[in-house]
Amino acid sequence: MKGSIRFRLNGRPASLDTEDSRKLLWVLRTDLGLTGAKYGCGAGICGACTVLIDGETARSCITPVSAVRDKEVTTIEGLAHDGTLHPVQQAFLEHGGFQCGYCTPGMILTASALLSETPGASRETIAARLEHNLCRCGAHTRILDAVEAVAHAKGDPSKGGKP
Amino acid sequence: MSPVLESSRGLDRRQFFKLVGGGIAILVTAGPLELFSQERRRMYPEDLNAYLLIGENGRVTVFSGKIEMGQGVLTSQAQMAAEELGVALESIDMVLGDTDLCPWDMGTFGSLTTRMFGPVLRAAAAEARAVLLNLAAAKLGVAKADLVIENGVVSVKGDPSRKVTYAELAKGKKIARLVDEKAVLRSVAQFKVMGKSPRRFDGREKVTGAAKYAGDVRPPGLLYAHVLRPPAHGATLLKVDTAAAERLPGVKVVKLDDPDGLVAVLAADPETAAAALAEVKPEWKTTPLDLDPENIFDHIEKAATHAEEKDRRGDVTTARSAASRLFESTYRKGYVAHAPMEPHTAVAEPKDGRVTVWASTQTPFPLRDQIAQALKVDTQKVRVITPYLGGGFGGKSAGRQAIEAARLAVATGQPVQVAWTRAEEFFYDTFDPASVVKVTSAVDANGKITLWDYAVYAAGDRGAALFYDIPNARVQAFGDINYGQQRGTGVHPFATGPWRAPGARMNVFAVESQIDLMAAAAGIDPLEFRLRNTADARMRHVLQAAADAFGWKPRGSGARSGKGRGIACGIDAGTYVALIAEIAVDAATGAIKVERVVAAQDMGIIVNPDGARMQMEGCITMGLGYVLSEEVRFHGGEVLDHAFDTYHLPRFSALPKIETVLVKNDDVEPQGAGEPAIVPLGGAVANALFNATGKRVYRLPLTPERVKV
Repeated sequence: MKGSIRFRLNGRPASLDTEDSRKLLWVLRTDLGLTGAKYGCGAGICGACTVLIDGETARSCITPVSAVRDKEVTTIEGLAHDGTLHPVQQAFLEHGGFQCGYCTPGMILTASALLSETPGASRETIAARLEHNLCRCGAHTRILDAVEAVAHAKGDPSKGGKP
Repeated sequence: MSPVLESSRGLDRRQFFKLVGGGIAILVTAGPLELFSQERRRMYPEDLNAYLLIGENGRVTVFSGKIEMGQGVLTSQAQMAAEELGVALESIDMVLGDTDLCPWDMGTFGSLTTRMFGPVLRAAAAEARAVLLNLAAAKLGVAKADLVIENGVVSVKGDPSRKVTYAELAKGKKIARLVDEKAVLRSVAQFKVMGKSPRRFDGREKVTGAAKYAGDVRPPGLLYAHVLRPPAHGATLLKVDTAAAERLPGVKVVKLDDPDGLVAVLAADPETAAAALAEVKPEWKTTPLDLDPENIFDHIEKAATHAEEKDRRGDVTTARSAASRLFESTYRKGYVAHAPMEPHTAVAEPKDGRVTVWASTQTPFPLRDQIAQALKVDTQKVRVITPYLGGGFGGKSAGRQAIEAARLAVATGQPVQVAWTRAEEFFYDTFDPASVVKVTSAVDANGKITLWDYAVYAAGDRGAALFYDIPNARVQAFGDINYGQQRGTGVHPFATGPWRAPGARMNVFAVESQIDLMAAAAGIDPLEFRLRNTADARMRHVLQAAADAFGWKPRGSGARSGKGRGIACGIDAGTYVALIAEIAVDAATGAIKVERVVAAQDMGIIVNPDGARMQMEGCITMGLGYVLSEEVRFHGGEVLDHAFDTYHLPRFSALPKIETVLVKNDDVEPQGAGEPAIVPLGGAVANALFNATGKRVYRLPLTPERVKV
């Protein structure tokens, strides 16, 4: 069914007239020009298309655009503020938590959602949460290092991390 | 020194400066190539595109036909250029994989960027430094010997106020120079930029989502194509009914006369195109082919008949009859998918009589030529631009999707994207071939190997060369790793191709398993057994380094506790590597958990130590797949795996603790880093399995079913 859908996208109002059933991934990438969310499998398995809807992770390749009506959508492009990277982005940069970079937006958004809920998450918890995000290059060790560094800093303010 | 700038491949000087502005450009031609081996000359033929340009603003642009697929060569190449040129790393801009701007290159594979292209790039940068030094000497009125270079500034020794910058020297110049003398490269002791681990050039773009991949290129008027695919390799299209698809609003149908029958639907968004494809009614003719993952090995042995003898030493026949006990083994490995996270993607735009193709490709120049051939135009009419690749691993040496996009763009007169679905990616992948190794060996009472009779089928001989000192040996390769890319021509029911260290993973799995079983039979510690049988200093060094880091202690094979450790080693891309894996085996399920991997690697001079470690970690983590879980399921030409639900990549839960040891060896020029560490993982884990359970498994992957039964 075609209709108008309004939502907030990376902190700004967005609206478009489109079919309800279209998948959020393709609306973002084609209609809205945000290509940070990637197609990896089209079946919600790999996590390359991950975005946040009201702060919760969602697989945009299987999410109908109607599901974001009146909600807040955050893509990788919306995670940094005024040029300042999100602590998880900064940590990926410092720890080399990426190689080809294709899974990276999904990894970072998933990790940022986890740390919002559980700021001092353990390495095991982080690994369990990222289990369903696939990386083929084998950057896993450094992805865990990066997220764990942010979690340590958050869990222990004396270590100087941003809350 | 007079540059004659005419070339069938590159631009002429006028065109080049028109594109890039003024400055000082360094081009490489036959001169320095005489320094290199015949093999290198073949790979880097005379070519007059520039390797680097010192712009009028003092910024340095490096042009390289290599591509960035995650391996970090965007940064490491900049380091090499900055080092030889004497500029800060920050003043370097990189242009990769653009066939209009970059020097010809055969492709990014084989861990060749650093060891083969590196010396050429460094020579070009050293030549630029010499040109700038000459200009500075004239400008400052002093002898070259009295000048020093630092961070792009040339100054007089002892009088730093008398100076001139590279920017000032390049201003108003249109100098193009060929490298025609033996370049003197800087030594390790002089290194300021090489040997360090600066932050990667691609980092910020990749963590912010700004990094552009082929599918992120969106020219105005872009059409998204979905192409009709056969149900199996070898199927032929009898007829196709596109009437229903053609009636859909906003949908274009293109049917091209083609041996493969290229039928595509195109629309302004990919979902409309996908829905339209579902309305296309094809009729296929398939011929049954009774091949599957179990009977393929016998088929390969029968089909891969062409034999090449790669090595022969001593007298194998006599050694065979003299042996008190023969160890005869057959090793097998199934087909493995590349499964990059980014499926093959391309965008083609026809404009002003040329076609520009942005492609996820490891081989932009050969791909340009293939596209030109498919379009029946001159290669000058095609430009391939390579954005970031979302992984390659050898699989993006094949560029079918880019040819499809170019043909559809020409057919419609509009920009067209072809982005394979995950199912298409599995179907058209050029799989790592299934292969077989048969080996017969013997060992004497002193624990010295006396016989090695080795035959590999369909994997080639990479990784099969002997570094063990065996007096009587024969190494034969049957078929070829790329033997039979098409169904019906021989060995494989679908296309196969290079996969990160092609052939070497299979050969080293077989070799190192065989070495291990002889060590066990001789009652000798597997590390000691290897050291006793090789005098190769680099190999002994990495074995010892891995053992030291691991804390290896000889112990009997009687533990059988479900926990074990195994060692394996190999040579790949000029690099020596030894791995030790520690595993736990679940007796109830047969599942292996690799808990710890220690890797020691001698790759000669190291350009970027952290980058090297990342590649080693990547090799080990990715390698867990071919070792434990990855094997393509198929029936005849039908590929039964379409998605990640049945084809299992390694995930975080499989991750071992990984420790990397960089074995210093500055006496050897930089060697490959992207592939070696993946090579011995199969042997190390299989040997650990034997150590843990007493059971030897001769087939990869080491699935729970095979471990348990």
